Amino acid sequence: MTEWVPVLVVFVPFLAGVVQFMAGRRVIAWWPVLASVATVAVSLWLTFAVAAGGGIEHFMGGWQPPLGIALRADGLATVMILLTAVVGGLVSVYALEAHGTGDPRASHFWALWLMLWGSLNALFLSADLFNIYVTLELVTLAAIPLVLLAGPEKTVTAALRYLQFALFGSLLYLAGVALTYGLAGSLDLALVGPALTDGGITGAVAATCMVVGLLVKAAVFPFHVWLPAAHGGAPAAVSAILSALVVKAAVYLLLRLWTGPLAGLADGLVAQLMGALGAAAILYGSIQAFRQERLKLVVAYSTVAQLGYMLLFFPMAVAQAWEGAVYHGLSHGVAKAALFLAAGNVLVYLGHDRVRDLKGLDRSLSVSLLAFGIAGVSIMGLPPSGGFIAKWLLLRASLETGQWWWAVVLISGGLLAAAYIFRVLRYAFLQAPDRPPATTGPIPPPIMALPATLLALLAIALGFTAAPLLALLGGLPEGTG
Amino acid sequence: MTLPDPFALAAAALLALGFYGFVVQRHPLRRLLAINVFGNGVFMTLILVARWMPGGPDPIPHAMVLTGIVIAVSATAMGLALVRRDLRQGDGKDGGDRD
Repeated sequence: MTEWVPVLVVFVPFLAGVVQFMAGRRVIAWWPVLASVATVAVSLWLTFAVAAGGGIEHFMGGWQPPLGIALRADGLATVMILLTAVVGGLVSVYALEAHGTGDPRASHFWALWLMLWGSLNALFLSADLFNIYVTLELVTLAAIPLVLLAGPEKTVTAALRYLQFALFGSLLYLAGVALTYGLAGSLDLALVGPALTDGGITGAVAATCMVVGLLVKAAVFPFHVWLPAAHGGAPAAVSAILSALVVKAAVYLLLRLWTGPLAGLADGLVAQLMGALGAAAILYGSIQAFRQERLKLVVAYSTVAQLGYMLLFFPMAVAQAWEGAVYHGLSHGVAKAALFLAAGNVLVYLGHDRVRDLKGLDRSLSVSLLAFGIAGVSIMGLPPSGGFIAKWLLLRASLETGQWWWAVVLISGGLLAAAYIFRVLRYAFLQAPDRPPATTGPIPPPIMALPATLLALLAIALGFTAAPLLALLGGLPEGTG
Repeated sequence: MTLPDPFALAAAALLALGFYGFVVQRHPLRRLLAINVFGNGVFMTLILVARWMPGGPDPIPHAMVLTGIVIAVSATAMGLALVRRDLRQGDGKDGGDRD
């Protein structure tokens, strides 16, 4: 029975999304609730099955690769699916109020989000290079219309730019896949490694195409230009999903390829270059976050910075760096979703999100601001929080490998994060309002404030649950470093 | 082989042209077309890979190209809808691409 769980994890949300889409105007109010609960349930089932019995592999329809499609749930895939279930489940609760369920416009959100959920799970479970391309495109094609739900007049330019970069990135990746197939005669992640290593210049070009394509999709500096406007302009629930999960999917693929098929090619200089890109992202993203005038753009630029930490794995490539990078992905996922939902509540209440005009919100929006502050603790990497554990592991790895310069980046990144988080909190808490804030909306109800708080508390809780999660993840894949 | 395969040259030309277009062009429609040219270069590379595989034409890259074309068509359709909306809106504004 357990070998069917990976199939359920992909198809429950995906088919639920298709049904939601087909239902169209005659929407069923409880369908999104049922679909979200079912998806979270099967994701948890998969997590417990993998934790108890190790990895699961399923060949779709009984067809063996290369013609068939394999779904492979190992530790890394499972922790990402767990993250998607936790963040997705709580964002769905938020969206029940923010987007509703009864009317056709809400139907758009739920159809796209459920299909995106299924596509993300499929991406994490993909075991061959071409399947990864298809799922990457599914994720993109579901994510971009979600950005437009904020109102096309506001976000169409951002969505268009997002589409251009996403398409170009995945085609570049596909070019690398084509060359890899020419070398290896296979697409299986577990089989193409040796051929790529012995492939000489072709192998190097193939690896470069795949890595650069994924860097574009992951919005890693200097390919971040499409991210802030798209993530900052989307509705809050969508921003949370995009920042916490969608860009992370591309970084996940970088980690997976680097420790799998590309392990033999991982040259010291290239690894240092990847680390340098990560460091540049951390510094540039944090400074930009500090300079933004709009709250959601602060949070969006913070994503650019936080993704950089995961790239610091590449130059270090030891077990602690591996655990630190993945753990950073998890804790940033929940913390960033909390930040975006909290920022969304501010936007609902005030009708704007100008950082300078946040005065006097501490009474009416106390729960949301509390969530913002708590999630900020994890983003800054203060103990006890998931962000702290991740940075601590990365810091230890940098000292263990004698690469102290990454430790400098880690510490300055934490300080810069403190600067941009405290800047927001200072405006929100410390300045007495000259007059009551001119609000345009209602105080967000608890169903919108509590998911943000729960996500923020989870980011703190991750500081205490490192052992079981890292055990589920498993050690650094063999042959790396 | 002594002479380069004309198909390989064509694929390389499409890839180079598409890449150049993506980097240089600012108009969203031209950029979308550049992405499509680049994509055709990738598909052509895949067909070449199929031809060069030992044991004759390999069906798997062909299947990959067919899947890729389906994705490219739907993505381009969405891109065109976005371009139309963007341009209609940009008429009153700066019109250019903000950076």
